[in-house]
This record gives sequence, structure tokens and C-alpha cells, in this order.
Amino acid sequence: MHELSLIHALIDTVVQSARENGITKVTKVKLVVGESHGALPDALQFAFDILTVDTVCAGAELAIEKNALLLKCRECAREFHPEGYLFCCPGCGVSNAALVKGNELYVEYFEGE
Amino acid sequence: MSVDINEMKHGSKMKGTVSKLRIIVGRDLLHANAGRAVENRALLDKNRVVAVNLISSPGSGKTTLLEKTAELLRGKMSIGVVVGDLYTARDAQRIERAGVTAVQINTAGLCHLTADMVGRALQEMPLARLDILFVENVGNLVCPAAFDLGEHVKVALLSVTEGIDKPAKYPGIFREAAATVISKADLLPYTDFDLPACLGEMRQINGGQQVFVTSARSGQGLDRWCHWLGQLAGDNLPPVEAGGSYTGGTGG
Ligand SMILES: [Zn+2]
Repeated sequence: MHELSLIHALIDTVVQSARENGITKVTKVKLVVGESHGALPDALQFAFDILTVDTVCAGAELAIEKNALLLKCRECAREFHPEGYLFCCPGCGVSNAALVKGNELYVEYFEGE
Repeated sequence: MSVDINEMKHGSKMKGTVSKLRIIVGRDLLHANAGRAVENRALLDKNRVVAVNLISSPGSGKTTLLEKTAELLRGKMSIGVVVGDLYTARDAQRIERAGVTAVQINTAGLCHLTADMVGRALQEMPLARLDILFVENVGNLVCPAAFDLGEHVKVALLSVTEGIDKPAKYPGIFREAAATVISKADLLPYTDFDLPACLGEMRQINGGQQVFVTSARSGQGLDRWCHWLGQLAGDNLPPVEAGGSYTGGTGG
């Protein structure tokens, strides 16, 4: 399950940073995840709940910000949100687009005491 | 933790009491993997090995494709394979019987290979005498797409027995792949797989990719596939010396 490895990386990051900052209890974690990762919020939450047990993140709130895909056509330079899974440019109809947004995967911040 | 309303009204930036901290992180979660991938790619480049990350669902025929590819390229290019498998070494054994150096990585349940795992496998590979290294990723279309292993290209594999809905369900990998190999084409008459529709969809998802319609049983499409691999390796090989290395194309 994909979400498990993503959350595993998230917890590693937060636990290390919490230690460096002298935080013993994390109350909230804000995750930014782009649509390209195909991660389901419910599955992320589930993974977070089970993997945080016995860590400083236990019981913390997980706030997820999902970034929609934003593409830029390499032919006509138009930026667009793709319809469904097809990457055809609504301007010129060509399917040759670069990803501008939607590939993010990072902890924006966490809160604790 | 209670929020002190009065404090907020008086313009304090801190929501909550003084002891509560907000730590800004902003670091990519796959940062460690990305770093290791860069190292792997540098090592491969130094040895002039082109690496192909082969990604598909379980049972799409990755191992069979590699066996056939090794057979067709024998004497033309030197191949190594890193095999990722959840628990067993069966696939690596099959590939070694085809005369190819194979290193097995058991992921012990992890659904994808990481750059670190591949980096350790590279240490056991005779890189100096390889032209192409295949990484047979764990059978899964989602997770492997997110993890850069240090490969030069990703190749997706889709068998006609899986049905046509895979690209629509998992567009990520087909979008990133430099090529898609459609396998088991000899079974087309026995399935309701709509090949023209699938090819049309592939073009719409990723117009820049190569698509190979192949059958390991009949040999269909494998010459084109091997030719493409030759070009990939050729791009990465040193300039040809007299009587020297394979230059891609029709060799041998
Ligand atoms: Zn366009």
C-alpha cells in the first residue's frame, strides 16, 4: 500500500525535526500532497493512525492539502488542469505537456509542545 | 490545548499558548531517496551502463520479457538484471538460467524498490562489463512510479489479459514511461482487449512514448523492442572504435 510508505517517510521527517526542536508531543501535522501521487486521503489517515502509535506524533491531527495537477503544453504554452487522466491540451489538442504543479510531497509544518 | 482568545485579539501571532510551537519543515519526503538515486545514476554513467526501470502489475510477463530479450541480445549487448520481489528468488533464478547476471532484492513486503536497495545491488553487479541494466521492479503500478531509482528510463509493461482499463486507472506510470510494452499479444484473439483503443489512449496519455506490441511466444515486436534498447545503450556508449562495441540498430 502506497500510502503506508509515504506516511512512513512523513513520520521519519517529523520525529527527527521534533527531536531537533525539543518537541515531545506533536499535535498537528500539515501534509501537502500533489495529485500525481495518487494517494487517497482516507488511506493516508489510516496509515497515519496506525504508524504513529508509540511515536511523538501519536494522536496528532493530520491536515492534508491536495494540490491538483497543473500542466503546461509544450506546443502552445497554455497552462491547464487535465480533464480526467488524459493530458490533451484544450488549446491545441496535442498530448505533450509538462507538469507545473501536482507533484508535491512534503510536510509544510507541524505543531507541538 | 486551549486557544487564548484575548491574546489573539491583542494581535499575538501565536495561536494558542506560549508553549505551543509551529515548526516549518517544507522538505520533500522523498528527499533521501532522490539523493541516493543521483548517486546510482552517477555510478551507472561512469560505467556507461543504461538503466531501465521495468514497471508493471504482477503477472504481466516482466520476467518472460527479460528472458526473451536476453536471448535476442546475446552476443550483442551485455545485460544485467536487478530483480525486486516481495519474498522469493524465483524470478532471479529464471533470469540467471537465461545466462544473465541477476541480483535479487527481497523487499520483505514493501511494495516498491527504493534507490538505496538498488544502490546496494549495484555493488554486486559487474557494471564495467554491462551495457544495459534492467531493474525488474515489484509488481505494482502505483508505488514504483514515485520512487526514482537512478534509472535512465522507465518502461511500463501491460499484458493484454489485464484489460484496457489499466492506463486510465494508473496514468502516472504510463505518463512517465519512455516506452510501454504491450505483452502477450498472441492472446489477443482470446480476450476482449481493444488494441486500437488502447493505442489511442496511450498516445493521449503520453504522446512522446514508444509503444511495442509484443509476444514472447511468437516473437512479435521483440525485434523493434531490442532495436530500441540498442539505441538507448548506443546513446550511452563511447564512440565506436574499430571492431568495437555495439552501435545500436541491426547489429549481429
Ligand atoms: Zn497546446
